[in-house]
Amino acid sequence: MTISAERPTEVATSVAPPARVSTPWTQRPGWMSQHLGTAIVGGFLGYILGHWFGNYISSSYPYIVNSGQNSIAVTLALTGMVVGWLLGIGALNYPLAKLIGKDAPAESEVKGWSKYFRYSTDHKVVGMQYVVGVLLFMFTGGLLAMAIRTELLNPTTHVFGPGTYIEIVSEHGTIMMMMATSIIVGPLGNYLVPLMIGSRRMAFPRIEAFSFWIFIAGYMVIFSALPYGGFSTGWTGYAPLQTQNGPGMISYLLGFAVIGMGMMAAGFNIAVSIINYRAPGMTWSRVPIFVWSILATASLLTLATPVLFAGGLFGILDKTVQTAFYVDEHGGSSYLWQNLFWFFGHPEVYIMALPGFGIVAEILPVFTRKPLFAYKVAASGMIGVALLSFFVWQHHLFQSGINPDMRPLFMLTTELISIPTGFIFLVGMGTLYRAKIRFEIPMLFAMALFFNFLIGGVTGVFLSDVPVNVTVHGGFFVLSHFHYTIMGGLLFAFMAGLYFWLPKMTGRMMNKKLGLIHFWMMFVFFNLTFFPMFIIGLLGQPRRVFTYASNLQGLNDFSSISAFLLGLSFLVFAFNLVWSMWISPEKAPANPWDSLGLEWQTASPVPAHNFDRIPVIMTDPYHYSEPGAPALADFGGASSGAATSDSHSAKNEGADND
Amino acid sequence: MANNSQDTPRDLRKMTGIWVVLSVAADLLFWFLVGPHVPPGRMTETAKNNQLDFNILLVIALPVIIGVWVYMGYAITHWSAKRNGPEPVGGASARSNKKAQVWWIAVTSFVVLFLAGFGTVALIVDHGSGGGEGPNPVWMPAGAARAETAAINGTGTGILTEPGGEHVLPVQVIGQQWKFTYRYPTFGGFESSQLMLPANTTIAFNVTSLDVIHSFWAYQLSVKADANPGVNNVAFTETKNVGNFTVRCSELCGLWHGAMFNYGSVVSPSDFVTWATTTEAANHANTKDLPPFAWTYTPDANNAAGGWFPDGTVTPYSTVETYGAKQPAS
Repeated sequence: MTISAERPTEVATSVAPPARVSTPWTQRPGWMSQHLGTAIVGGFLGYILGHWFGNYISSSYPYIVNSGQNSIAVTLALTGMVVGWLLGIGALNYPLAKLIGKDAPAESEVKGWSKYFRYSTDHKVVGMQYVVGVLLFMFTGGLLAMAIRTELLNPTTHVFGPGTYIEIVSEHGTIMMMMATSIIVGPLGNYLVPLMIGSRRMAFPRIEAFSFWIFIAGYMVIFSALPYGGFSTGWTGYAPLQTQNGPGMISYLLGFAVIGMGMMAAGFNIAVSIINYRAPGMTWSRVPIFVWSILATASLLTLATPVLFAGGLFGILDKTVQTAFYVDEHGGSSYLWQNLFWFFGHPEVYIMALPGFGIVAEILPVFTRKPLFAYKVAASGMIGVALLSFFVWQHHLFQSGINPDMRPLFMLTTELISIPTGFIFLVGMGTLYRAKIRFEIPMLFAMALFFNFLIGGVTGVFLSDVPVNVTVHGGFFVLSHFHYTIMGGLLFAFMAGLYFWLPKMTGRMMNKKLGLIHFWMMFVFFNLTFFPMFIIGLLGQPRRVFTYASNLQGLNDFSSISAFLLGLSFLVFAFNLVWSMWISPEKAPANPWDSLGLEWQTASPVPAHNFDRIPVIMTDPYHYSEPGAPALADFGGASSGAATSDSHSAKNEGADND
Repeated sequence: MANNSQDTPRDLRKMTGIWVVLSVAADLLFWFLVGPHVPPGRMTETAKNNQLDFNILLVIALPVIIGVWVYMGYAITHWSAKRNGPEPVGGASARSNKKAQVWWIAVTSFVVLFLAGFGTVALIVDHGSGGGEGPNPVWMPAGAARAETAAINGTGTGILTEPGGEHVLPVQVIGQQWKFTYRYPTFGGFESSQLMLPANTTIAFNVTSLDVIHSFWAYQLSVKADANPGVNNVAFTETKNVGNFTVRCSELCGLWHGAMFNYGSVVSPSDFVTWATTTEAANHANTKDLPPFAWTYTPDANNAAGGWFPDGTVTPYSTVETYGAKQPAS
């Protein structure tokens, strides 16, 4: 038995930190250690200090005197806030201690609910923190969306003035885009990847924790745009309008830089973990498809985000110390921002699509009781999308006056990317073929993704065709297109993932009745909200306007009312979450969906070290309806503590067909 | 197993039948009932072509969408646990099917490559399809060179009315927060907030901006070109019918972006010449104070006292430079 020889004999206690000489102050309980409260205090102090320092050094500069605003002070204040926040939560203890040559204090590993308010290096805690984090972004952005649709009830300006309206639009777009970069990678990626690859931890737990806490700092920075008077550029932040804007623009630029640091950190950590921390036997052809999608996404996060980061810093320099990266009349170029932004922005679009594909492909086999169809095609499609996504960005600039020769090239690359994107339909349809579909809530959301993403994907082909693009570029058509792909794809997949994995993550089932109401409301009103927008766009309504042709009021009102009901469906979701998790929790079975995935084979609740023994992976997790199929993994015998009955039932999956 | 392999073709035959019927019906209904009314209409040659492109794309897209929907609908109704669907079979045959995969990749690749080729041909044949081609357009209609010369020389009323010739008109579109104005270089360079165009004429729109990025979207003409400061973004169209059209800014340009629209008209060439010469004469006193006609009007940052860059030296479209203003020889 070579397998038992390969099996690591390391036991759980050996991952605990080595014995310490004295208890460092970060380990002390209660108010003496660091937590959310100290982070808030640190952020507050950092803000004040940065603001004072900015005013101190720059208030006599001629272009700041009497201008009524000091971008330098705002930049330093927000930077101080982020640094203070990170110091307060304890994210910088380790690097700072190392910097001065001291022994680094270990992060406190407290028990109980208060660990969720601390700098935790447990990937499961970070995953749960991210759930709350992305929901914070989502409900803020969603409220702003309600405000947008309220204004668009009427073809003239009636609720908000044009200034408030454009602030709301810009803030909605930016917050939602920031959320969408992390909505699956953050919560589900961090929580599930180590469980799925059979690892006890992430490669860089501190970097992982850092990525979450700076994500929340990014929320504060981008939210600070509103009290600063907002910014009027939309989420794309085009220069020279960017240069023209007030301090709210700093919140946008710095916000993206801060969020970008989190994205790079998260992507780097997850990619390294997947490559290096797979359990023995977990070859590339046995990696769950969700992990493939997260690997592709993490690579994009790592490679594309630095461009945005640099672009944002250029913009901050333009606005504070009068450089001219984006200022045409000083030798800069506004095209530079467009190119830098979309060089990041288009891979980002796939950062928002790939994890959704991964979730759906992971969920389908469970509810069809069939193996995943064309696994290799699915995995190579995701990598293909990730590669191609770096070669399509100029399709956002088709009408901008770029070199016209480039347009056929980018039309070609853009349409080529629909081949690997289309693989998800091949995989989905092949898996559904002659299956035994159980329409549980996660499956409903997964099927809805196919419905929505089909419309989103096909309209993308229209946008990539330059002649048709003349009509649909910059209008409600493209707006509807990307809501269909991001909301109809990613957000539906996120919901599928939450309903699917929350029982594992929390040990509690989501209420099915409320889940059904949530799903049907969200699915129906999503389509009723956004499908009319294709027509509105074709009929000539540009994006981000507060006035429109009066003959479009009927369609716009229809869309708005549907949007309010769509918003209501999120309240149903929130109610379901609160109801099922706290008010009336129903204990989840160890494996409620009869999944073969490795993440369901660990004990429930998942112990801090995930696996008592690192499992040896024998095969891939898709042997559904296959009598005599090999067991997924060898957990090292019944005494190991890994959920024995689960692995046992997994072995007998072939007989389990009801 | 035996049952399955017998059912397999029956399932697929059924689906294919439903798919063919629905696709043909949807395509025919769309092509004949909706197609002729698809925006942006048929006011210009460009609009007509772009409408045709849209319709062809949709006729290809509808069977794709219907195909997936029929399959999914069939799966939901026939293969669900509730409705006593077939027993799923795992194993190698369910994990991959070389034939299906190769066909899928081949068909999608063929459709995609066809669409890219079709789009490229449509783009080139229609001289950029009304989209902004930047300062150095490569796909120019026959009259483009003539329009350019006329704009540089500032003359050329005759090119609108002479019998048998190419009828061309250069128009400059200037975007600024939050208004579009139009200069007519062949009529003394007067500037108007009213966009009038002659019918049956090749129009060369030279789009530029004085401040931030706008986008000149003449909806019914099917023309869209971003207005960048310091850049001359050229777009072509050929007007056909007389009528009115809407101009909207379609790139977010700040506070009053939503209110940045006006209307234009396509009129008969003789009406146009009458309007243009009258307006030229009426505006003569004001036109003198405008900066001389140039492709771009970026204020000269190094000369705070004023001056425009370039200083009115209008040079032909360069084949060398890509971005930015035409630089006068210094």
